[in-house]
Amino acid sequence: MWTFFHKLGSPPWLYGISGTILRYLVPLTLIGLAVGVTWGLLFTAPDFRQGNSYRIIYIHVPAAVVALAGYYVMATAGAVSLIWKMKMADIAMKACAPIGAALTFVALVTGAVWGKPTWGTWWVWDARITSMLILLFLYLGVIALYEAYDNKEAAAKACAVLSLVGTVNIPIIYKSVDWWYSLHQPASIKFTGESTIHASMLYPLLLMIISFYALFTCALLMNMRGEMLARERRTKWVRKLAEDKAR
Amino acid sequence: MYFDSFAAMLSMDGHGAYVWSAYAITLVVVGALLLVPLRRQRRLLTELSGELRRNRGAPSQGPSVKEEDSHASGT
Repeated sequence: MWTFFHKLGSPPWLYGISGTILRYLVPLTLIGLAVGVTWGLLFTAPDFRQGNSYRIIYIHVPAAVVALAGYYVMATAGAVSLIWKMKMADIAMKACAPIGAALTFVALVTGAVWGKPTWGTWWVWDARITSMLILLFLYLGVIALYEAYDNKEAAAKACAVLSLVGTVNIPIIYKSVDWWYSLHQPASIKFTGESTIHASMLYPLLLMIISFYALFTCALLMNMRGEMLARERRTKWVRKLAEDKAR
Repeated sequence: MYFDSFAAMLSMDGHGAYVWSAYAITLVVVGALLLVPLRRQRRLLTELSGELRRNRGAPSQGPSVKEEDSHASGT
């Protein structure tokens, strides 16, 4: 167990193993996304009330779910880097932020595009949407804060604290639909409709959620590999990689 | 397939513009998520290998290399 953690902190080891993982995970992810999108767009029946606009669910929900899960990963990595001063945790935290921001952005934009034909408006300042917007700002805040420091250690510490404080927002996002239900307009019932979704719609949705998790993992590993190379560019193992490439 | 024709698939009973634009935006973002780190990594390695090649003739002028192994440097 401890040797595993020991290895996890070692850039050359993680660089090698993540390369192997990515060689299989990236194609699998792309296949999963392609199948899920085709299934959702072309092979499911339209929603009886929302018509075809509901097909946005196959990207909107997975993006939102993984954007939230990504925040857990980022905050956990932040906590580990804060407590044990583990460099790899700091690299993981930094790698999460742009992916989380991108997925939150996708969730918000697709939600707006879905809202227009369904609710008649692009945007509502309701609890769920507002707390998702805050999530986007938290991700962007971590990115900006990281860039604001010249000192890597100070940046890691500040970002870890920010991401930990920001976890307050996560249960608010989850519970926003229940807590502020009375404020919701009737058309936004879709948030609570997930459990009553028909199996023919549930399976492609589940496939898309799994594929988005895989996508997050791929992007996370790729970001971490780039960061490892950049930080360790003066070490032997990176020079060897570069030499192999030059040959 | 649910739709009868290609035109029906595009229009989706009037919702096509919304659905397809949502998917297009997502495609761009997802593509960027995978391509940006890939390009960064390639560029870094190319840069480094170029550096190494230039310094091969005159190793004394090369960038200083940390001699210690970086194994487990994170713990």
